[in-house]
Amino acid sequence: MFKYIIKRLAIIVLTLVLIISATFFLMKLMPGSPLANAERLSASQQKMIEAQYGLDKPVIVQYVTYLWDALHFDFGVSFQFANQEVSTLVAQRLGPSAQLGLQALVFGLIAGTGLGAAAAVRRNTKTDTFLSVLAVLGISIPSFVFAALLQYWIGLKLGWLPIAGWKGFAATVLPTIALGMSPLATSARFIRTEMVDVLGSDYIELARAKGLSKNEIIWKHALRNSLIPLVTLIGPMAVNLLTGSIVVENIFSIPGIGSQFVDSILTNDYQIIMGTTIVYSMMLMVVLLLTDILYGIIDPRIRLAE
Amino acid sequence: MSEKVNLTADDFQLLPADRQTDSDKILKPSVSFLKDAWRRLKKNKGAFISLWVLVFVFVVAFASTPIANSKVTARQDVTVQNLPARLPGVLGDIPGFTGEGKLDGTKVDQYESAGVSDKKNYWFGTDQFGRDIFKRVLYGTRISLEVALIATLMDLVFGVTYGIISGWRGGKTDIVMQRIIEIVSSIPNLVVFVLLILVMKPGMLSISLGIALTSWTSMARLVRAQVLTAKEQDYILAARTLGSSTWRIGLRHLVPNLSSTIIVQLMFTIPSAIFFEALLSFIGLGIPVPMASLGTLLNDGQKAMQFYPYQLVIPAVILGIIMIAFNLLGDGLRDAFDPRTKD
Repeated sequence: MFKYIIKRLAIIVLTLVLIISATFFLMKLMPGSPLANAERLSASQQKMIEAQYGLDKPVIVQYVTYLWDALHFDFGVSFQFANQEVSTLVAQRLGPSAQLGLQALVFGLIAGTGLGAAAAVRRNTKTDTFLSVLAVLGISIPSFVFAALLQYWIGLKLGWLPIAGWKGFAATVLPTIALGMSPLATSARFIRTEMVDVLGSDYIELARAKGLSKNEIIWKHALRNSLIPLVTLIGPMAVNLLTGSIVVENIFSIPGIGSQFVDSILTNDYQIIMGTTIVYSMMLMVVLLLTDILYGIIDPRIRLAE
Repeated sequence: MSEKVNLTADDFQLLPADRQTDSDKILKPSVSFLKDAWRRLKKNKGAFISLWVLVFVFVVAFASTPIANSKVTARQDVTVQNLPARLPGVLGDIPGFTGEGKLDGTKVDQYESAGVSDKKNYWFGTDQFGRDIFKRVLYGTRISLEVALIATLMDLVFGVTYGIISGWRGGKTDIVMQRIIEIVSSIPNLVVFVLLILVMKPGMLSISLGIALTSWTSMARLVRAQVLTAKEQDYILAARTLGSSTWRIGLRHLVPNLSSTIIVQLMFTIPSAIFFEALLSFIGLGIPVPMASLGTLLNDGQKAMQFYPYQLVIPAVILGIIMIAFNLLGDGLRDAFDPRTKD
């Protein structure tokens, strides 16, 4: 296990260096100067500004400096917001994004588990059919379509919940549902298959023979054993959530990294693009590593195999 | 106890001298597997309906090129701004397709107030520039499908080749190639897209390339795993013994035997490509303005949502139908190709 974690960490660092290098050199290849209105400045003024941002040094020196700073979470200053540190800008936006992602994940997992278990217990009934239709909808329809439709029906037409913004819990409900639909559907489907398997196994038969009540069998024996493999799904789910959140944040105008990322791309603020890109990659890889470790802890068979 | 049989010379037939040449040849192509899969697919109602829905969508989207192309859909007409959807004849009584809109709480025939003749119907209404949404949806669907198909094709060619080489060569080549996959697949998709958009101009090619660059790893992994087991099989050994070249074994023996895995994987690549295209276009990084895709239509619709909800709902429903159909078909094909689900 320890060796495995070290190996994974090495890959993460390597990947990050690769991403940082790629973004850095691509930015250097971009046409135009980072100085707005460069033609209006005199040569000496340009030199001064370039010296201030370290742009006068050879590219290789700039690269090493950037790489070194990036590993310390220092991504330079924003071009768009005068002299604001990119790391501060990103850090400010991290909170709402993390909260939204976590809420969506928890909502999706809990609701999905419940629905999946219900479908498995009432197998081949109308409930089961209804839930599997729901699961297909949740998996197929992109979160931003849900987001836009929820915003229209619930926010605008019915006026039950705020249309947009990030003030108070009520405002977080719609984006959470929109974003949580995909984890909900995935986990519901997964739990249903697992539960059906488990419910047919010998130890459930034994539990029934011992005279345990139906509830006890479902909650204590069947569901618990079906939950273990669900952990493997959290990684891919987190990846989807990160991608989805970028648009959902935009639709509901949530001040998260996703909307900042899009804004920075649309305004060509390369420093922020790079900063958010790196932060995103890092978050993703850490989540994937954590779920793998978690799985190893929960399921001893994985640990032994290593 | 067996009966005694009297054989005479007439019971035997002299074979031609060159019979050696094709005694090993299998004359009929083996179709039983595909037929079997087709039979099982037909049993799966959802998947079978999805197949026909997709055939319909593809035919309509591609056959409509003459009436819905970038020229026609870009035509603006400010006199028919934001007209609601209206279907001709009796169909015009379906709620939502009557051509009526609310003005100060009372229903008004928007077509009449815009001075449009009774014969002219915009099936899905018009947008803020007076463009026919029906034609834009046709065109946008086609662009979305094209992007998805180009991406899937690149994914297919590259992923399958990579997987076959990695699995076939084995040893150090395999280890190096797998490490590369591990690194590439841990780069978030969006990063790849953004980097590509920074370098290339946003457009069909850059989006397709971005999608292909992020999705080939799972294809390569799957193919490699299959090749690893397939290359130990006797038919490969037989082909080798008979002196087939590596290329021939790869193309003639491995690819057909991997086809079910590849097809199923493709069925999941296409909707994810459509999804990413829509996502990128939705946030304004995708298909550039004069063109349209389902993503850009959704984006426009979301902006006009408050007063003209049909502009959002129609592309959303169509995107939803396409995505659902692909997912159901993918599930159905996976079950149909999997011999373990044989009933």
